[in-house]
Amino acid sequence: MDETAIYSALSEVFRDVFMHDVALAPALTAKDVPGWDSFKQIEIIVALEERYNIKFHTRELDSLQSVGDLVRVLAAKIPA
Amino acid sequence: MTSLYWLPDVADWRTRVRSLSAGPAAAWDEAVVLANAKLDFIRTNALDEMLRRSLGGALPPGLGTKPVRLALLGSGTLTQLQAGIRVGCVRRGIHATIHEGDYGQYWQEIADPDSALHAFKPNTVILALDAYHLTAGVTAVMEHAEADAALTEMLARIRDCWRMLREAFGCHIIHQLPLPVHVPLMGNNEHRLPGSPAAFTARLSAALRTAADADGVDVLALDTRAATDGVKAWHDAGLWHRAKQEVSPAASPMYGELAARLIAAKQGRSFKCLVLDLDNTVWGGVVGDDGLEGLVLGQGSALGEAFVAFQAYARELSRRGVILAVCSKNDEANAVEPFEKHPEMVLRRGDIACFVANWSDKAANIRAIAQDLNIGLDALVFVDDNPFERSLVRQELPMVAVPEISEEPSSYPQTLADAGYFEALAVTDDDRARNSQYQGNRQREALKASATDLPSYLRGLEMRLIWRRFDQIGLQRTVQLINKTNQFNLTTRRYTDDDVLGIMRDNRSFGLQLRLLDRFGDNGIIAILIGRMLDGSDLLIDTWLMSCRVLGRQVEPTSLNLIAAQAQALGAKRLLGDYYPTKKNGMVKDHYTRLGFADGGALDNGGHRYTLDLVNFVPADTFIDVAEG
Repeated sequence: MDETAIYSALSEVFRDVFMHDVALAPALTAKDVPGWDSFKQIEIIVALEERYNIKFHTRELDSLQSVGDLVRVLAAKIPA
Repeated sequence: MTSLYWLPDVADWRTRVRSLSAGPAAAWDEAVVLANAKLDFIRTNALDEMLRRSLGGALPPGLGTKPVRLALLGSGTLTQLQAGIRVGCVRRGIHATIHEGDYGQYWQEIADPDSALHAFKPNTVILALDAYHLTAGVTAVMEHAEADAALTEMLARIRDCWRMLREAFGCHIIHQLPLPVHVPLMGNNEHRLPGSPAAFTARLSAALRTAADADGVDVLALDTRAATDGVKAWHDAGLWHRAKQEVSPAASPMYGELAARLIAAKQGRSFKCLVLDLDNTVWGGVVGDDGLEGLVLGQGSALGEAFVAFQAYARELSRRGVILAVCSKNDEANAVEPFEKHPEMVLRRGDIACFVANWSDKAANIRAIAQDLNIGLDALVFVDDNPFERSLVRQELPMVAVPEISEEPSSYPQTLADAGYFEALAVTDDDRARNSQYQGNRQREALKASATDLPSYLRGLEMRLIWRRFDQIGLQRTVQLINKTNQFNLTTRRYTDDDVLGIMRDNRSFGLQLRLLDRFGDNGIIAILIGRMLDGSDLLIDTWLMSCRVLGRQVEPTSLNLIAAQAQALGAKRLLGDYYPTKKNGMVKDHYTRLGFADGGALDNGGHRYTLDLVNFVPADTFIDVAEG
């Protein structure tokens, strides 16, 4: 799946999780978004797992620092 | 699979949840509609968040159900379950406020009278102890005796928690059984290794079920769900290591469903009646076109056997207290014929308490069924293979549950079970006899049609009213009636087991359960009366409720005779009868006036008081023989 498509899908997931639009950019981190705590982080991950029928590995989750990281991991996991 | 697949999609759901802000009453009603859609955990969280913003910590006004103050106590992380539980309750019109215990601190919170739990004063507690916690110290080196000792100790610790909770709060206790998350060390014969955490968990769960029965605790059976859905649908080992969540957020809406079913059942708000379409729902084919011989039903065809299996499931439900009704677009003669003549039919005409087959629209017919059975529309579940009919009934009668069913009849029983409409905490003798009670009602109607005037009809019924003080044997039925009777209920006060036990102990109060028998059978417990002496010589009728199916049979004046006698025995000179209006009890607005009470003026909270002088009271003459028994 290409990154543009991922960003648009991710926007929907973020909107549902946070109940408002979040302007996503590669450098965006949890610190930049009010309410993005470890609990919301899990919600985002599980929402993506459900949506794409995938499973994130512990190492992948540990490596996530920014939205850009998440998009790269997703791009590798979701078939085109 | 933990999805709420039997619930329909609701159009514009996302838009509607975002605009959930108009006044609290409107927001609540809209939230009940939105909660009855097929929600995943993200949507569940969104609805929960928006509703909480709208209510701002207050209770929704005009709530017809008992508000729940739920303490969620456990050994792992439970926060992810809160929204699912609250929304599960909203789905049933119940408001829940949740206190979540500090992580892993359940024992301290329960034992310490100064804890936040004690300040919260829950009326319901869910105790959720995960399998990792329960098996701490259990290891493969253990001998049988050691493992047994560990099991006994853990069981005793949990029962101590239940006892302390009951003593402190007199609350409804729900014990969540652990998910079987441990991986085996042996394999198929895991149970032969005494210190196997997997085997230990299974043994402990079995022991907890027995103990829960003895201690009046209800279990939330995650192990049973895991057997249906797969442990992986409920538990993610990676998430456990990351966040100590026994239950994955993805499964939280289903967890909330299970919890809310128990809570609703405790309030007597489970569904009561299964209304069945006929053609292509209980048999294959269209009886009006295909004829009796053309129906696909019974041995020799996979489809025919699937319909038989569904009928058998429905009949088993009826045997444990669910009322069965039929709502079919057919000529009545055609619709009845298979019930009477088809050799493969499992359901017979006598299993159906109310049979409606005509060409009117189904919403109108379902209304008629509710009226005929004298139960609320919100007690009906309607099963129909036709999406058009389902959609019509949902639109016209949103309070009727209409599950989405697939085109595969072999899936119908599982769908009804997964939807949990008929959740029951116990089976009373009345439940077992229910369908025949409704059958008796039909015979009474026939007598009514043949009797020329009301007195001769009532005399012909040969009614006997048997009254008893509240007792342990009748406790479950008493609590059930107190919590589910909406229409003939003067004060709509909801009481728990412990409240009723309190009335039994109080010698300045009385609680009576009334049973009505007649020549067509036993109607079961049909009325509950609670009286309390106030200071001086007034007796307040705290609760007067009655099953609507015995309306118009002089039970009301006969009950008044009983109340008066009980009150006089306590030294009362006057009866006070209060009426508090709700959405559903308009039928008893003039109840006390009809019985000759005088107007005693308005009360706070919209109520109205009536009074009756007992000094000059003359008991009414009725056609009902009264006896204590």
